[in-house]
Amino acid sequence: MAIQRRWSNLVYHILIGGIALVMLYPLIWLFVSSFKPSQEVFTTANSLIPSRIAWENYKTGWAGFAGNTFANFFKNSFIIAILSTIGAVASSGLVAYAFTRISFFGRAFWFGAMMMTMMLPRDVTIIPQYIMFSDFGWLSSFKPIIVPQFFGVPFFIFLIMQFIRTVPLDLDEAAKIDGCSKYGIFFKVILPLCVPALVTAAIFSFYWTWEDFYHPLLYLNKPDLYPVSLALKLFLDGESLNNWGGMFAMSILSLLPVFIIFFLFQRYIVEGIATSGLK
Amino acid sequence: MKQKLRHNDHIVGYIFSAPFILGFLVFILFPMASSLYYSFTDYNMLTKPNFIGFDNFTRMFTDDDKYWKSVRVTFTYVFASVPLRLAFALGVAMLLNRSIKGVGFYRSAYYLPSLIGGSVAVSILWTQVFGDQGIINSALGLIGIESTKSWIGTPETAIWTLIALAVWQFGSSMLIFLAGLKNIPKEMYEASGVDGAGKVRQFFKITIPMLSPIILFNLINQTISSFMTFTPAYIISRGEGGPLDSTLLYSLNLYKRAFEYYEMGYASAMAWVMLIVIGIMTLILFQTSKYWVHYENKGGH
Repeated sequence: MAIQRRWSNLVYHILIGGIALVMLYPLIWLFVSSFKPSQEVFTTANSLIPSRIAWENYKTGWAGFAGNTFANFFKNSFIIAILSTIGAVASSGLVAYAFTRISFFGRAFWFGAMMMTMMLPRDVTIIPQYIMFSDFGWLSSFKPIIVPQFFGVPFFIFLIMQFIRTVPLDLDEAAKIDGCSKYGIFFKVILPLCVPALVTAAIFSFYWTWEDFYHPLLYLNKPDLYPVSLALKLFLDGESLNNWGGMFAMSILSLLPVFIIFFLFQRYIVEGIATSGLK
Repeated sequence: MKQKLRHNDHIVGYIFSAPFILGFLVFILFPMASSLYYSFTDYNMLTKPNFIGFDNFTRMFTDDDKYWKSVRVTFTYVFASVPLRLAFALGVAMLLNRSIKGVGFYRSAYYLPSLIGGSVAVSILWTQVFGDQGIINSALGLIGIESTKSWIGTPETAIWTLIALAVWQFGSSMLIFLAGLKNIPKEMYEASGVDGAGKVRQFFKITIPMLSPIILFNLINQTISSFMTFTPAYIISRGEGGPLDSTLLYSLNLYKRAFEYYEMGYASAMAWVMLIVIGIMTLILFQTSKYWVHYENKGGH
């Protein structure tokens, strides 16, 4: 019986591990290829072992395009992602509190508007938004990408609301008896208890803005403003076409912050997805 | 006194929700209204918009082959990738729903592609996986099939490389299913096992009905986000939607119309057609849901 169990476990691991390996193979290949000399990438596409470790890929890739190095692109990405994340989490937290704990006139209506916004395809609003930001003189700056994040992100509002609902109302009542106003309850009771939800929202906000390609492509037209996502595209253009090694090396670096955050905060990510259906 | 406090609540409520309300009015409601207006004009950002009635819509439906091509491509993409992704997600979630050492590791491994799937780096990787000298062709070579075709450069297969990329990212749905599976009481399976139900019957009579609210939620969410897919199509076709418009997803087509040809009016009309189609599909899903979605009545959720 025990032996049979062990066998079935082994079969299970081979099956499930095998599928995992097939799925992750392209990523492993990308990682290995970033250390292969450029001319070797395709002649030895089958092999995962480079003839020598080509560190120069990271050097030639990092050098970037026409004087704009990846140091600059990473700086841009971090500015965009960090400011957006701060704005998104702070504003969403405030709104989530209002929607769960304060009964004010029109609350149901605004909550409905938020749920509708969550389902609204970006394509419907993007053209007027572009025209509006162009009228503001905001094109070719980070503002059209960062500023809207400060006005609450429906997914995060919803996520934080779900979390606040699990906080017992008795705590609010107790704080109220102690003389706390609605502001006091928010800052002293709700906010400290909501840290896990805020962390989850922060992680996803960082991911989404880090990986965003659409908005930078639309609003940023000078290479010195490009974030990493947009800069990677330059490898596919014209003259730099043959720097495969550099392209793979910078692709790996662009994924590095995502992986690091994932391994540090795995628990928040998994729970965030399970409870709210975040991507 | 009480009246005053309640009144106070209204003000405090609006102060806390002010970011959303302002943002909604400025970045959502006003743009939606403008876009509806533009859709009946020939606006191009250079000259004043002229009202042209339904011309944009007539042109779209009767005189724009590229538009219809992109609609076909998008429907193929959505209707192939969403069900396939959910099927994989459910299948793997069921395999991982047991307490064996190492399951946590596999869960992370399967989730990883979802985490990075939307990035430019992965789209670039995809051009290499399905390129003429890519991994797929070398893998085929290993089992004796010589192939030098570029899956991305061939019109018939290009969209399927995008579908493969979407299906590859089944991990986040898998996590949601896994959470749902853990909530199904074990006694239900045990009781039906005693009654003589086999695994297949249990799957259709217990697993699917119990997960049906999650399946509905995922179906709606993913259908909407699939319609908006942009980055991989842009990257693998270098912004063109080729070869022969075979990867010209709706969102990419709209982007090119609006921001490369500056046909803002026409592109706005396209956006509204998309919104209406998505709205109708969501409605149909909700309407049919009463026949197949099963809501538990316990706990009062």
